[in-house]
Amino acid sequence: MKQFIIFVRKEFFHIFRDPKTLIIIIGLPIIQILTFGFALTNEVKNSKIAVLNPTIDETTTKIIDRLNASRFFEVQESIKNPKELDAAFKSGKIRMAVVFQNNFQESLQHSKKADIQLVADASDPNIATIVMNYASSIISDVQNELNPNFSIPYQINIATRLFYNPQQIGAYSFVPGIMAMVLLLISTMMTSLAIVREKELGSMELLLASPMKPLVLILSKVIPYMLISLFNWLIIVILSVWLMDVPIKGSFALLFFVSLVFIIAALALGLFISSITDSQQVAMMISLMGMLLPTLILSGFMFPIENMPIPLQVMSNIVPSKWYYTIVKDIMIKGLGIKAIWKETFVLIGMTLFFITISLKKFKLRIS
Amino acid sequence: MNWAIEVKDLTKKFGDFVAVDHITFSVKKGEIFGFLGANGAGKTTAMKMLIGISIPTSGTATVAGFDLNRYPDKIKQNIGYMSQKFSLYEDLTVVENIKFYGGIYGLSRKEIAEKSNKLIEKLQLQDVSKSLVNSLPLGWKQKLSFSIAMIHEPSIIFLDEPTGGVDPITRRQFWELIYEASEQGTTVFVTTHYMDEAEYCERVSIMVDGKIAALDTPEQLKLKFNSNTMDDVFYQLARGAKRSDN
Repeated sequence: MKQFIIFVRKEFFHIFRDPKTLIIIIGLPIIQILTFGFALTNEVKNSKIAVLNPTIDETTTKIIDRLNASRFFEVQESIKNPKELDAAFKSGKIRMAVVFQNNFQESLQHSKKADIQLVADASDPNIATIVMNYASSIISDVQNELNPNFSIPYQINIATRLFYNPQQIGAYSFVPGIMAMVLLLISTMMTSLAIVREKELGSMELLLASPMKPLVLILSKVIPYMLISLFNWLIIVILSVWLMDVPIKGSFALLFFVSLVFIIAALALGLFISSITDSQQVAMMISLMGMLLPTLILSGFMFPIENMPIPLQVMSNIVPSKWYYTIVKDIMIKGLGIKAIWKETFVLIGMTLFFITISLKKFKLRIS
Repeated sequence: MNWAIEVKDLTKKFGDFVAVDHITFSVKKGEIFGFLGANGAGKTTAMKMLIGISIPTSGTATVAGFDLNRYPDKIKQNIGYMSQKFSLYEDLTVVENIKFYGGIYGLSRKEIAEKSNKLIEKLQLQDVSKSLVNSLPLGWKQKLSFSIAMIHEPSIIFLDEPTGGVDPITRRQFWELIYEASEQGTTVFVTTHYMDEAEYCERVSIMVDGKIAALDTPEQLKLKFNSNTMDDVFYQLARGAKRSDN
């Protein structure tokens, strides 16, 4: 036990005295959650819009207020003349314009039909589509409120609709993905690097020649990274809850348990990598290509798995992050309990046991 | 029992390749034993078996009074090991390195504190005891590394090319440490590339192609091979090697 403590302390000296390692370990989760949460989000917030409303009445005011009140829009200016529209777009101040027909409410009451035209700046077609989708969904909300019993009383001539996530909150799907990524990166890469470094230095021989038991040696090498991973996990959770407003609808204990299982799987993978190579560079390449890339591509975090060709869908099943990602999403966002996720959890635990077994076996083999 | 190490028919195979081929030799207690051989002759592999980090394919050995095949852990507690490749953790201070090795050899906190004071005083490292090891010159590091390998007072110390890459004066100083350890009764098992160092040893073995080709005192070897220097003796033996690099 004393050997263990003294070894763990030495390991923390290594970590805290190397600024590069420290930046990766502490900075990475924060940077990732901020970039993915804020910068790389596919939400388009606070788009400035112009309104052309020839006849101000109750309905048009309601629609404009609704648009303005949502977090997606901000009414920048009112235009009197259709000719000014062009100028407003050219100035770059607005992303979209809402054009009401003359006598909007009157037309709605008499002929049950009124027109709104949404004009968007399509120089970035993706943003234009997203912005229009927001607007039409807000307008149809108003329409439903006005006419709870009627069939469609007025028409909006836009042929697009929202595909998924009607609220379109990007952070919801990113946070579980980042968790999987950061934990893998820290646990797998840092552990394998730390062990391979001892091999490169030649200190591994010295340690093996000491009375320290190999199992104690492995544990004291791995435990510091487990603690750091847990610390990182906590940072991500805190940042997501307080900064990204991502809820933890399910059980926190369950989330913690599943994350611990995933961390152990990642540590075992790191141990495995360190047993098949003697160079830090190779260990780094294997960790990045073999762990990070599949996590990004095949976990469902960046690209939906259902849209992939069948072989890739099958392959995604062997990526531990896919299972972890699914579980975290279910717990955090859908608020599901163990009943809903026991299958996935079981797969993850199975994988973890498998990795521990092969990496310990491989490590023993190396010693002899 | 006057033997610190007794080796009989020790063999290590990697697949078809016989790295160490039935070697048999003994090392006296308190002796400085030179273990020589060209690169690839198998001396590193033989040494790894003796310190318990490589399992022999066949053969037996007794190290520090314990059977290698049965009590490798007991052996580890009673030997010290230092290699040229790795001396100390560069990002730890002198004191932290001492504490670490003392700790993994199971010394108590009090013992470690005593030893570390004594050691720092002896090597005159008072001024740098709290500095990171990477700021020390190579010669100092190797002397420190040797002293740390001796921290648990092992009965045998294994030195794997301990003086690689240092200047002749530092090497000389390093050998003074070795003599001192030997005088205090520690057996020294040392591999080296420098033939002048071979002259410092009490007995020398020379490995060629996985076998021990010669074993005697440097004087006897020189007589036997009719030459004035160990360099020449080594050359005559290693010339016939099939596995040598050159």
